[in-house]
Amino acid sequence: MEPDLYAVSAILAVGALTILFGIFGVRIHRSTSDFLRASRSVGPRWNAAAISGEYLSAASFLGIAGLVLKDGADALWYPVGFTAGYLALLLFVAAPLRRSGAYTLPDFAEARLDSVRLRRVCTVMVIAIGWLYLVPQMQGAGLTLSTVTGYPLWVGAAVVSVIVILNVVIGGMRSITFVQAFQYWLKLTALAVPVFVLLIYQAGESAEFRSSLAADAPPFFTTDTTVDIDTDVVLQVNSPMLLDANGEVDGFPADGPVYWAAGQHEASAGAELRFAAGSRVPVVVGSPVNNDSWLQPLSSGEAPLFETYSLVVALLLGTMGLPHVLARFYANPDGRAARATTFVVLALLGLFYLFPTVAGLLARLYVPQLLVNGKTDAAVLLLPGEAMSGLPSQLLGAVVAAGAFAAFLSTASGLVLSIAGVLSTDALPGRVRDFRTATVVAGMVPLAFTLAASQLDLAQSVALAFAVAASSFCPLLVLGIWWRGLTDTGAAAGLIVGGGLSFAAVLPVALGVLAPPWQTLLAQPAAVTVPIAFLTMMIVSRATSERVPGDVARILLRMHAPDRLGMSRDGQVERLAVTAATLPRLKGGRHRR
Amino acid sequence: MLAERRRTRRVVRTLAEVEEQTGVGEVWVRQLVRAQLLLALRLGLLTVVVLGAIPLAFALLPSLGTIGIGGLRLPWLVLGVGVYPFLLLVAWCYNRSAERNEQDFAEMVES
Repeated sequence: MEPDLYAVSAILAVGALTILFGIFGVRIHRSTSDFLRASRSVGPRWNAAAISGEYLSAASFLGIAGLVLKDGADALWYPVGFTAGYLALLLFVAAPLRRSGAYTLPDFAEARLDSVRLRRVCTVMVIAIGWLYLVPQMQGAGLTLSTVTGYPLWVGAAVVSVIVILNVVIGGMRSITFVQAFQYWLKLTALAVPVFVLLIYQAGESAEFRSSLAADAPPFFTTDTTVDIDTDVVLQVNSPMLLDANGEVDGFPADGPVYWAAGQHEASAGAELRFAAGSRVPVVVGSPVNNDSWLQPLSSGEAPLFETYSLVVALLLGTMGLPHVLARFYANPDGRAARATTFVVLALLGLFYLFPTVAGLLARLYVPQLLVNGKTDAAVLLLPGEAMSGLPSQLLGAVVAAGAFAAFLSTASGLVLSIAGVLSTDALPGRVRDFRTATVVAGMVPLAFTLAASQLDLAQSVALAFAVAASSFCPLLVLGIWWRGLTDTGAAAGLIVGGGLSFAAVLPVALGVLAPPWQTLLAQPAAVTVPIAFLTMMIVSRATSERVPGDVARILLRMHAPDRLGMSRDGQVERLAVTAATLPRLKGGRHRR
Repeated sequence: MLAERRRTRRVVRTLAEVEEQTGVGEVWVRQLVRAQLLLALRLGLLTVVVLGAIPLAFALLPSLGTIGIGGLRLPWLVLGVGVYPFLLLVAWCYNRSAERNEQDFAEMVES
């Protein structure tokens, strides 16, 4: 395959700009106080765009459209959950967490419960969740690069790892609110413009073609299409069809015309299938085949209702426990600003997520061949080239590729920085040299996993990280902020049981070693593991109530008192004590008013 | 002049009382935390009920899924577009009420 020069240049430009920003754009903000000083002057809108820019990852940019193409209406819960997670964060966490002055989750745990051992447990969980989240980012990068250049998947993953590690070691766009905010608008534009253009374009197609999305039949190929099978697939065929095959099909070598009766058919890796224009698209087993059932919710899966609910629980409660989300909230000057920022984040995410859905619908019309080889995550990337032709399609393709690449870079940088931060402060002695070592470790380990992991759909594999976060840090944050009775032993028990169970469930899914019914059920553990985590934390805390910290009342006050009383205090993990130094400060605050 | 100074001193003492959570301070703080938690739980429950009802409605009444409005199917309109303004509305209500709770508390302390 010929590399797409437009797309490659766009990707190179994004990568080079990112590194240049890192080298020349900024002073180094590595400590929390640098970060704080750099961010204080920024209003909620900028902060919100920065949070959204960092949050919208490969899963949002590529994954959702791919899942919509494959699973239809059920996939719409992913963007809804990704957004609603910020509502849960707003209601239960945002302002109190900001006032607590915690910069990372281990900071919060230590400040609230005064336990170094609990801090260690949190550190391990941050690293586990961060790596689980990084793997799909690298997979997405590999997919993007291999789609536009034809290079194997690992090349793209390795390129992104190197850029991200360089970027974080140099000093990082991560800390610059401005760059992350820019990333949001870049991603929105890179998706919205092609979607608008394609919507206008498809309005000119025949009514019959456009209404085929609601037909009682599978999608069809608009032109003669050749599909390369990279991994073994089982395909569902609803009505008998003829195709040309080259390679192993249904267990026998084939070279030429093949007749497929209605039913399931296998195609092995390396096979090449050729379909004539107008023939119906066979669909990878497990997804709705006919367009009208694809339009309907709950039409596929082992236990669709349970899977939907469990997914929503994971996404709703998992957002607050993601390592890279929390640090950004620290850039708000106070609790009120944290609330205002979260509100704007909800608006920005809602705006963005309108587009992946439309892209998924368009993909069902124009790139149905991805249903055959299962590489639906490439839908957004291939859409412009398949729907249109000539220079406009190449330019749009380049825009989309650049946006996708920006998505991996920003999210992966944020995650690597968060992981390297806790690695260097809690696992290694915290000197700058060690921060660099930690960054390399933080970036290379997920790369190794990426090469070993199963090719789960991006949005699904990101949801695994949400499930673990929802079963570990969500109860810690919610109980820590609202319940006086929480103890360090209870918190640690809940983290270990909830986080451990959910991790044990999703790890085999991520590695792809399970057979279908378990693969889909274990991928959605949250509906079970989240209540278990909450209960464990509460019961063990009750049993160890003598370990409730003595100053719990004061810490809770600090988190909940209105900002204008000046009771919250910045700084890292100092515990608030009413000293002679505090009172004049309060008095001073009063006088200034 | 004298009155104002006394007032300031009293506010500082009230603040200290709130900080140390002795006497009336403790009651106030507990009231604030409780009010904020109830607010969050109420709006959280509303969101969960509304979002949770959607898959259930489509499961119990599959014909709902085939209703078309302006060329788009109902599930796509609800999940693809309609949910987001709803989430924003809940967030807006929360921010307003949470800030009012805090204002009440601050006024109580400062009065």
